[in-house]
Amino acid sequence: MLLIKCPFCGPRPEIEFAYGGQAHIERPKDPMSLDDEAWAEYLYIRNNTRGVHSERWRHINGCARFFNVRRDTISDEILVTYKVGEAPDAVPEKDRPTKGGAVR
Amino acid sequence: MKYRLSSGGQVDRSKPLRFSFDGKGYSGFAGDTLASALIANGVHLVGRSFKYHRPRGFMSAGSDEPNALVGVGDDEARYTPNLRATQVELFDGLVAESQNRWPSLSLDFGGANDALSRFLTAGFYYKTFMWPAAAWKRLYEPMIRRAAGLGRAPTAADADRYTQLYSHCDVLIVGAGPAGLAAALAAGRSGAKTIVCDEQDRMGGTLLSEREAIIDGLPAADWLARTLQELGSLSNVTLLPRTTAFGWYPHNFLGLSERVTDHLGRKEGNLPRERMWQVRAKEVVLATGAIERPLVFPDNDRPGIMMAEAARTYLNRYGAVPGSRAVVFTACDSAYRAALELKGAGVHIAAIADVRPAPEGPWVERARAAGIDVRPSTLVTATHGRLHISHADLASEGASSSETVPCDLLLMSGGFTPSVHLFSQSRGKLGYDEALKSYIPQKSVENERSVGGCRGLFDLGASIADGFGGGLGAVRGAGGTPVTEQKIPVFVQSFGQDGFIGALNGKSRRRAWVDFQNDVTVKDIELATREGFRSIEHVKRYTTTGMATDQGKTSNMNALGIVSHALDLPVPKVGLTTFRPPYTPVTFGSFAGQSRGKLFDPVRQTSIHDWAAEHGAVFEDVSLWKRAHYFPRQGEDMHAAVRRECAAVRNSVGIFDATTLGKIEVVGKDAAEFMNRMYTNAWTKLEPGRLRYGLMLREDGFITDDGVVGRMATDRFHVTTTTGGAARVLALMEDYLQTEWSDLDVWLTSTTEQWAVIALQGPNARKVLEPLVEGIDLSREAMPHMSVREGRICGVPTRLFRVSFTGELGFEINVPMGYGRGVWEAIYAAGKPFDITPYGTETMHVLRAEKGYIIVGQETDGTVTPDDVGLAWAVGKTKKDFVGKRSLARPAMTRDDRKQLVGLLTVDPKVVLEEGAQIVVDPREPVPMTMIGHVTSSYWSAALGRSVALALVRGGRARIGKRLHVPMAAGNIEVEVVTPVFYDTEGKRLDG
Amino acid sequence: MKRFSAISVVREALRGNSAWPRQWRSPEPKPRYDVVIVGGGGHGLATAFYLADRYGVRNVAVLEKGWIGGGNTGRNTTIIRSNYLFDESARMYEHALKLWEGLSRQLNYNVMYSARGVLMLAHNIHDVQSFKRHVHANRLNGIDNEWLSPQECKEYCPPLNVGGEMRYPILGGALQRRGGTARHDAVAWGYARAADALGVDIIENCEVTGIRRAVSGGVEGLETTRGFIRAGKVGVVAAGNTSVVMNMAGVRLPLESFPLQALVSEPVKPAFPCVVMSNTIHAYISQSDKGEMVIGAGTDAYTSYSQRGALHIANHTLDAICELAPMFRRLRMLRNWGGVVDVTPDRSPIVAKTSVPGLYLNCGWGTGGFKATPGSGDLFAFTIAKDEAHPINAPFTIERFREGVMIDEAAAAAVAH
Repeated sequence: MLLIKCPFCGPRPEIEFAYGGQAHIERPKDPMSLDDEAWAEYLYIRNNTRGVHSERWRHINGCARFFNVRRDTISDEILVTYKVGEAPDAVPEKDRPTKGGAVR
Repeated sequence: MKYRLSSGGQVDRSKPLRFSFDGKGYSGFAGDTLASALIANGVHLVGRSFKYHRPRGFMSAGSDEPNALVGVGDDEARYTPNLRATQVELFDGLVAESQNRWPSLSLDFGGANDALSRFLTAGFYYKTFMWPAAAWKRLYEPMIRRAAGLGRAPTAADADRYTQLYSHCDVLIVGAGPAGLAAALAAGRSGAKTIVCDEQDRMGGTLLSEREAIIDGLPAADWLARTLQELGSLSNVTLLPRTTAFGWYPHNFLGLSERVTDHLGRKEGNLPRERMWQVRAKEVVLATGAIERPLVFPDNDRPGIMMAEAARTYLNRYGAVPGSRAVVFTACDSAYRAALELKGAGVHIAAIADVRPAPEGPWVERARAAGIDVRPSTLVTATHGRLHISHADLASEGASSSETVPCDLLLMSGGFTPSVHLFSQSRGKLGYDEALKSYIPQKSVENERSVGGCRGLFDLGASIADGFGGGLGAVRGAGGTPVTEQKIPVFVQSFGQDGFIGALNGKSRRRAWVDFQNDVTVKDIELATREGFRSIEHVKRYTTTGMATDQGKTSNMNALGIVSHALDLPVPKVGLTTFRPPYTPVTFGSFAGQSRGKLFDPVRQTSIHDWAAEHGAVFEDVSLWKRAHYFPRQGEDMHAAVRRECAAVRNSVGIFDATTLGKIEVVGKDAAEFMNRMYTNAWTKLEPGRLRYGLMLREDGFITDDGVVGRMATDRFHVTTTTGGAARVLALMEDYLQTEWSDLDVWLTSTTEQWAVIALQGPNARKVLEPLVEGIDLSREAMPHMSVREGRICGVPTRLFRVSFTGELGFEINVPMGYGRGVWEAIYAAGKPFDITPYGTETMHVLRAEKGYIIVGQETDGTVTPDDVGLAWAVGKTKKDFVGKRSLARPAMTRDDRKQLVGLLTVDPKVVLEEGAQIVVDPREPVPMTMIGHVTSSYWSAALGRSVALALVRGGRARIGKRLHVPMAAGNIEVEVVTPVFYDTEGKRLDG
Repeated sequence: MKRFSAISVVREALRGNSAWPRQWRSPEPKPRYDVVIVGGGGHGLATAFYLADRYGVRNVAVLEKGWIGGGNTGRNTTIIRSNYLFDESARMYEHALKLWEGLSRQLNYNVMYSARGVLMLAHNIHDVQSFKRHVHANRLNGIDNEWLSPQECKEYCPPLNVGGEMRYPILGGALQRRGGTARHDAVAWGYARAADALGVDIIENCEVTGIRRAVSGGVEGLETTRGFIRAGKVGVVAAGNTSVVMNMAGVRLPLESFPLQALVSEPVKPAFPCVVMSNTIHAYISQSDKGEMVIGAGTDAYTSYSQRGALHIANHTLDAICELAPMFRRLRMLRNWGGVVDVTPDRSPIVAKTSVPGLYLNCGWGTGGFKATPGSGDLFAFTIAKDEAHPINAPFTIERFREGVMIDEAAAAAVAH
């Protein structure tokens, strides 16, 4: 069970959240002007990244807010969580999840 | 021969306990395991192996035991198969039995397999049993299945209960051996919130059988007692014995299984049998120790052949003597200590056969000084004895002749394998240590550190120091302030790091076991490599080595060694099989926890539920809700009840609990704009006080929900959803509102639990309602169909909808949830003169089907568009955009041969079609037939005196008036396609 | 190929089992193949076998980055059935089921296909309606599937908790008697051995790192950890990593990869006679030849390639199992693992040509790919060999998402009103 840091509430277990799929896919402003190909791209095509993936989560059993997460899909390590509209790099280091244990 | 020492060890000789094994009575002491008690009774034959049914005894004294699996329990509801006798704590009256044998353990007909073993090599079943084809199912497979399996599953439902709890801590320490306890001291004294768990009933690990070491000036046992006392006195430290950390999940989340009552025998009180702890630890200290490796030599599997350390444990911890005359076969020093201690207890040590050419050092010297015959470069080349070892053949390496030495005990030691299971589960990186012949932790990935034996430190002093340092590091990592480093002096004779992996005397024609439980021998592994299975994962899967219930704890490294040798590859090149949870098997019930029976899922009930139950309602499950399905009277079946309920609504008045419908309050300056974007319909012009049927699509254009929406004010909508769709709809709305249209001034609130909803339907509905309502003019003119008013009913505030899902004059009365039953009863009482009739979901379904109203999830299935079900009128044509609009313009969504909603009338009016039945044009077409649609709803219509059905049919609207066919198993049913409105087609009754 | 039979087992045993040959070679990659299959799982190996056996294409290589059968082939719960609702799916899975029925003998490798019956349980009225719709559609498609009352379910599978106190009682079930299980590893090995015997090169430990395209746009070959391999045609069957591989050719897909967990109990004597699936309470179970209860459930919530899942998923799988069969509550979990499944928007596969000439794609089988293995291999081989889809896989294109033609089996079991 992942430990996800809600930018509004703090770290909470995964069961409080709902996964929201790939982040930063903007709904076209005028869908009717898109051809079928472009519309299908919006609807269905996903990066499905193996590596650092930007994705949406919703703290559905908490503040109910959507926010964004950067997670490594190979290790499931969460690198940073940030609010909708916020730039991930703007999150101060101290507010990021701590990472890794002892190195021998 | 006496197999129990008269003193020493940690059994309580003042508390004798009776138990039985395979029907024979024995006695042991409090503190015994089943294994130690049997050994103290001179019993070594305890099981049979999986494939060859070889007689087997105890190999180890712990959770790594592959052989001694037993079934425990005299009560079918508490019978547990496949328990390791080495972990079963003795209690008075314990009943255990051996497994996988018939008719008895000593005379097992399955043993015939042993004689056929050369035909039953690795993977033989992939090569045969293919002819004749039918014989696989009838003969071969049942035969294989009967032969496989170990114990038997209980046949009665489990009588025990299980529980789960979550816990958070600064430091979780796994393993309470010397390193773990030292870590616990460091963390505990630093004030960190610490949990220490250990799989055994007592904490202490190897210290429990330590005789010589002096720790911090005290004998090991005393230091252990003092340490446990100190830890027990610290309020920030939780000690969990009998608790196995079985799995490591992402983000420092570990599963722990605590066995609470199994050791108590007959259960007292209401304790759960097991507790599953789910622990989120800031830091984890792994102090999981190491497991002694067997040596792989010919005939190494007989009862009486055991690990050297296991023999020490039986002797020192339990005072149980595992034999009288022992041969020791070793590749390392530690077995010398076992030999010396056994000798001290009166066991004759016939010889120590050491595979090393020139063993030396203090332990070897002590053995020689004690007069033990130490033989360098010596191998055990065979053993003898049917049900227990009687002799061992010893030979110098390379020699052609051997000496047969009588013995009833053979101790073996191939060195120690660090227990890196949890470390590996945490995705830490392992590295191969050539000297240790083992993998050890190299780089942590999570917030973790391994200390002591599990990272290859086998010296007691080094291990304790490492543990203490690890504990301090964990405190630091968790953000605490560690106490100062403290040196704990340890005096003990240390060992070298020798060890061996692979097969000894590989040329022997005799079989040498690698995986004891699954009967995998050196020959099997060699055969696998010969047949091209080169990856260790392939070898594992082809031979099943490491796949037994011990998960390869004692066999994996030897298998690697054999493959490495066979392929002439260095061990790290062969690879390593993945470690998977659980570390040792964990009870299903423990995972299930309290989620059982009624508690399996929450039950949602309306405030009217109890009234319905008191009035005989039969309920159905709809998502989490219980809904009244129908209200049978004495002697009525569902059909009779539904006919009566339908007639009541059509002829007078019925009352229905619609509380379960989802409700969402959509509020804000931009509420109408938001509704415009979410629903297909146009909302801007809907006046306050009016209702509208709303249809919601997913972005892919398919119907996902519908419901009646009331405009309460220009900036306020009362939205209703389907019962099952409430959460889905709110989530979809929130998604768009928060992430796409956050500029809109709109607030969404789920009000499903706030409103009880009573539907009052039928020509007399107004008459019943009128006297109860204040402040609302119910007249046809003042309150037309599809309007909403606010006022009071029975003195309670209400949002009163004039709406119908039956085709009759109807109202839906929303009142605050707590008043639901009161208002319901008042209406029911007021309706008595009109013979008011409560009805359930089945009647609701019939009535709406007669009117051709769809139910999302019944007429639709996630592949249906508004036009498909005749709801094109609900789609705002002039709206520029709404969720799903663009998708409706895709090529496949606009084809005119899509499946469309139509009505079906059976040519024989008495025949009621079956829902889900398929529709064809030509009933004579051979299978596979061309299906053009299916029946979505089908009922007997009391009002029409015939059956009616709704269906989705390809190009259905163009087929109206035509005949189609529904081929059933019992024969064809001919139907006529009609428009999907059967009753009151002009809709006059709505305005009644 | 040395034929496997009872006689050969006895003969070799008497010779000390020392003369069994390799089941498949370990060749060095050739510079060029007519067809290269990326992915040595069951589907990829089956594709290679049928290319060589049925469609006359023998200059074929299968590239596997690890060991063959090491992905979902070796991680799934081995359920085989064909009682799907939609014609397109039913034809696809029935094609596979027919091949399963003769597979051991065709491959001369006992894949232990066990027609134990697959029973899908209904727990609410909506389930009943949905399963009956399946039963009717299957009957007219010539696929066996029958409705059982709760009591008949109990008779067919005695451990089931019928009539006991359950939150969602069993209201009946749909039974496909020809459905069942098979030995997953043996499927990979059997196809590998048979394909190898026909000249197919199976190259393990060979990871594809790039797809090279000619100026014309068509596929030229593959960059691999063992050098460049020229290929006339490339078939990608790399479940779990499809998006990653196809990205190398610049093809983006409607796919997401999710963790799917499975687990087994300790082995016990025969106690569960068939396969039972319950979509409503999310669990399925069967007992393997070895005696282990093989158990699975739905995917974890988030996309991941980590090949592991969360504890709470296992909890919710086993609470369901313990409800269905309360006497199994005392059995113990022996092993729990995860795979990575590719899921399309309609949860049906893609078996098709791509926009890149010479590049073919077989993916998106979601949680149910094992059952399709022989059919998928055969149809994909056909598609590659003929450069056009077989009528059975013709509907399973990438373009269906653009056009809005969904083959949505899961949606067809939508939530009740």
